[in-house]
Amino acid sequence: MEIIKTEHLTKKFNDFVAVDHISFSVQKGEIFGFLGPNGAGKTTTIKMLTTLLFPTEGTAELSGFDVIKKREQVRQHIGVVFQEPALDTELTGRENLDFHARMYGLSAEIRKKRITDVLHLVDLEDKKDVLVKNYSGGMKRRLEIARGLMHYPTVLFLDEPTLGLDAQTRRAIWEYIKKMNKEENTTIFLTTHYMDEADYLCDRVGIIDHGKIMVIDTIESLKNSVGNDVVTLSCQDTMALETRLQQESWISNITAHDEFLTFGVEKGDEKIPTIIEIARTVGIPIKSINVRKPTLDDVFLHFTGRMIRDQEPESRTEELRRIRRRH
Amino acid sequence: MRRTDLQGIYVMWLREMKRFIRAKSRIVATIVQPLFFLFILGFGLMGASFPGMQGNYIHFLAPGIVTMAIMFSSMFTGVSVLWDKQFGFLQEVLVAPISRLAIIIGRTIGGATTALIQGFIILAIALTLGVSIGSFSGFIITIMMMVLISFTSVGFGLIVASKMEDFHGFQLIMNLIILPLFFLSSAFFPITDSLPFWLKTVSFANPLLYMVDGVRGAMTGMNSLLPPLVDLGIIFLVCVVVMGLGTYFFSKTES
Repeated sequence: MEIIKTEHLTKKFNDFVAVDHISFSVQKGEIFGFLGPNGAGKTTTIKMLTTLLFPTEGTAELSGFDVIKKREQVRQHIGVVFQEPALDTELTGRENLDFHARMYGLSAEIRKKRITDVLHLVDLEDKKDVLVKNYSGGMKRRLEIARGLMHYPTVLFLDEPTLGLDAQTRRAIWEYIKKMNKEENTTIFLTTHYMDEADYLCDRVGIIDHGKIMVIDTIESLKNSVGNDVVTLSCQDTMALETRLQQESWISNITAHDEFLTFGVEKGDEKIPTIIEIARTVGIPIKSINVRKPTLDDVFLHFTGRMIRDQEPESRTEELRRIRRRH
Repeated sequence: MRRTDLQGIYVMWLREMKRFIRAKSRIVATIVQPLFFLFILGFGLMGASFPGMQGNYIHFLAPGIVTMAIMFSSMFTGVSVLWDKQFGFLQEVLVAPISRLAIIIGRTIGGATTALIQGFIILAIALTLGVSIGSFSGFIITIMMMVLISFTSVGFGLIVASKMEDFHGFQLIMNLIILPLFFLSSAFFPITDSLPFWLKTVSFANPLLYMVDGVRGAMTGMNSLLPPLVDLGIIFLVCVVVMGLGTYFFSKTES
């Protein structure tokens, strides 16, 4: 059953096309991820799907409700965890949950039960009466995830759920996300620019860049599409070597970036001597070479022609400042 | 209006209350500032007399200070939407299945409640300083005016908040618009024929004049330019217009 379905969904800000005619669907019960660099249009897509922004063109449906015409019904069915914290820091954790539950029309009885449930799910029971301003970043995130789940949403949106969190907290958040997907059967739509996050969490991934969806598939088939093994080598004249290697039928998906060549092969270990031999015959010395199993990085490189990491040298504070400025 | 909307209104109101009670510094600031005006100006200008002024200067001043306390406190509530915008909480509210109108109503009632609490505290202090209440019916009209003034100010705050990105603009508006208008509202000195013509004209075009004049007339029964009921009518009209605009601008907010 399709929980989310969009057709040619587009958002323009003046002349800038943030989201460019994207069409996709998300099935009930799956964890679906949008993977892409900052500014790819992930947040804008979420904002349109959650009725916070009006699409410029195209349609989107949530549980069969149109996001433009049936905003109230859509809102009733979704939970959202925004990229930037959206908690009232002057209230306690329990109060934040209670206010949320009231706004979603839960009865007093269900409210009480549900608060206990979700606090338990994210291990915040002992902090429930502490003002949120005294929470750590990870605790705030957990509380927000708990809050998103309060009203039994059909689908939960998570916009960069672990942005800026330490490795240990990220792990924990991932576990919570898996747990609630399984235990509450909540469909999850998340965005991330972390490859490992998409790899670990998602059943299916859509790779998005410059507002366009490049490809959508399961992690498994995405990786397979690159090749069984991935070889990356570095040399001086990548152009010449690329042209030469393209003639070999056993080499697929060859991409040049900086002074590296990346391509997919079968049985990579055995192919290395052959590759070195070919390079020697055209007179290009290879500086380094390695073989590995394909990762989502390779998939991203294959479909966009660049590494997602290229966009990430900016520091965390700059990143946050930019995010804030956008709103 | 559906049940979730009523809950939404209640939540917004409750939130204002909780935040108000917890923000000790805010309570102190919003009560102490008007008291400074009341005590320093009140006692400093005790002996002063203006043409056409009846009674003591503190009798003249107190209604204006009560109005000021309510107005500034309510305006702050309206503008605090900016805070929610900056700290992201606004998104949580906007994505909830309650109508924008419910959000505004809840917030307005919440802001009005806290403002009235502060207004009554100032009023009580003024009473201990010898200010007396004219009549019971006048007192009832005073309360009605206080409520309307509070709603108007929240509405004005909402307009400012939807047009601004940060607090610098709000400071500018407070200093360059609200403060001068307040000086021209007859809160500190009576508006009489002896004033320069332009000053008098501006004063009568100033909605704050009718608020201060109304509260003064209804509360103390003296020193008012217009009959309190006429003031009440004008205040009501201003309130409807400003609240309407505030609601309109806020409902246009995309996050």
